[in-house]
Amino acid sequence: MSISYTVQQLSVFLENRAGRLDDVLKVLSEGGVNIVALSLADTADYGMLRMIVSDPHKGRVVLKEAGITAMLTDVIAFRVAHATGSLSKAMHQLVEGEINIEYMYAFANGIDAAAVLKSDEPGRVVDILTGCGFTVYSADEAYSANV
Amino acid sequence: MAKVLLEDWKEQYRDERIERMSRDEMSALQSERLVKQVKNVYEHVSFYKKKMDDLGVEPGDIKGIEDITKLPFTTKEDLRNNYPFGLLAVPKEKITRVQGTSGTTGKLTLASYTNKDVEVWGECVARGLTMAGLTAEDRLHICYGYGLFTGGLGLDFGARALGAMAIPMSSGNTKRQLMCMEDFGATAFACTPSYAMYLAEAAQEMGVIDRLQVKTSINGAEPWTDEMRKQIEDIFNINTFDIYGLCEITGPGVAMDCIHHKGLHVCEDHFYPEVLNPADHTPCADGETGELVFTTLSKEGMPLLRYRTKDLTSIDHSTCECGRTLPRIQKFTGRTDDMKVIRGVNVFPTQVETALLSMGGQVAPHYMLIVDRENNLDVLTVMVEVTEEYFSDEIRKMEALRERVGAVLKQALGVAVKVKLVEPKTIERSEGKAKRVIDNRNL
Repeated sequence: MSISYTVQQLSVFLENRAGRLDDVLKVLSEGGVNIVALSLADTADYGMLRMIVSDPHKGRVVLKEAGITAMLTDVIAFRVAHATGSLSKAMHQLVEGEINIEYMYAFANGIDAAAVLKSDEPGRVVDILTGCGFTVYSADEAYSANV
Repeated sequence: MAKVLLEDWKEQYRDERIERMSRDEMSALQSERLVKQVKNVYEHVSFYKKKMDDLGVEPGDIKGIEDITKLPFTTKEDLRNNYPFGLLAVPKEKITRVQGTSGTTGKLTLASYTNKDVEVWGECVARGLTMAGLTAEDRLHICYGYGLFTGGLGLDFGARALGAMAIPMSSGNTKRQLMCMEDFGATAFACTPSYAMYLAEAAQEMGVIDRLQVKTSINGAEPWTDEMRKQIEDIFNINTFDIYGLCEITGPGVAMDCIHHKGLHVCEDHFYPEVLNPADHTPCADGETGELVFTTLSKEGMPLLRYRTKDLTSIDHSTCECGRTLPRIQKFTGRTDDMKVIRGVNVFPTQVETALLSMGGQVAPHYMLIVDRENNLDVLTVMVEVTEEYFSDEIRKMEALRERVGAVLKQALGVAVKVKLVEPKTIERSEGKAKRVIDNRNL
């Protein structure tokens, strides 16, 4: 069985309303879905909540049942050593490869850190990163990171 | 689940003599009724005696329908000032029913009916149901609210007059509505157009559409667009009909459209329509837009002379392709109440609906207009729901969608708007009349 390097991120559109983020987190918690990493981008009117969770499909289903629209987005997660310049090195290679990055966020675990990025060419991103020595998370590794 | 095409449609009439009466005969009937009604209100309603005396008009001056322009107007304000029973033309013990509208500005508007008034009301709704192709064999699922609001009971009285089965669901609990619609084999349903859209979405989600037997829906009580009609018809695979009314005049059934959808036929033998220039209240020619004004020719309980509805429309007295001579009022561009003047431009909520529906499903046709005044300038914000299909987790794409919506709305309204994207299914679906505008300006 081939390993999937695309990680499914759970994305939720959040109106700027009091308690909305709390609603989402509560639904996930009650559904037994663990949040591995999250990023919250905001605009004047709404926010975009992006999460790596233990079970993205289940996360989407429990949110939908609660009337909250969520979608699954393919992203890449890769290991970044706790050393100055590691992320810069990865980014440099991606720029060289003319990869366009929509957004990126990072999370730390015990031994090292991980960066999550969204690109419209996930396959090439994986090739470039592995080609220059970075470890790309498999989907299953990402869902259980920090556990 | 079987929309009938126009070429296969078989027109049927509830009261062919009235509905296809020649203009001369109708004028004679209206004249006779008006003369009688004016005499009646002059003698029995002190409000009208005073109004007519002030204008120097006596009942004897009204010799026929052409003299109607000599009569005083009645406004909603007059109804409020005479709340609750000040305008009765009969002793209170002859009143067997009251209905009302929830006044958004305080006291509600109350209308009183005698038994005969209720009978006429049911008869007018039955004409409309027949126009929509229903017969005594049909089962009408009514999800208009039952209560003071005329929607639920009006349709109920119509179904009874027709001999059809009324299913008095009232509003709310959409899942249960759909379950009953399926279980009871409803062949038609009646509700506001915005609730019909909501039912359509819910029926699709629940996967029950193919098991429903509905072939017709009656949707009125708020303005809707041809685009929304098409969506409701396509999703349910049914024919839809518009119904119009207001409790001051009787309730739904004052007018209803036929399969040709070229305006709503007014039951003018009971409710005489005038369309008047909003500026000087002179009569508009056929085809010209103005304020719709009704005189109740046969009403006993609370007859009204020249009641100003604040609805804007035009009228057409030519014979319709359906064979009816009952004049047609055009679908409403809006109410003078709903119309907002934004930086000098007239904006109607229905224009927003048309524009959103033209975007091919990128956004849902549910919206809310919010008008504010910032630094002495009107600012119009339109809240629009993102559809699941067009939702993206990339802010760039969401912003591009927001800009597209803004451009389409600016084009349609002629005024720049702020677009606020909101989560799917968060704008309130109305079960009565949809509230589409919040005006925060202190005008």
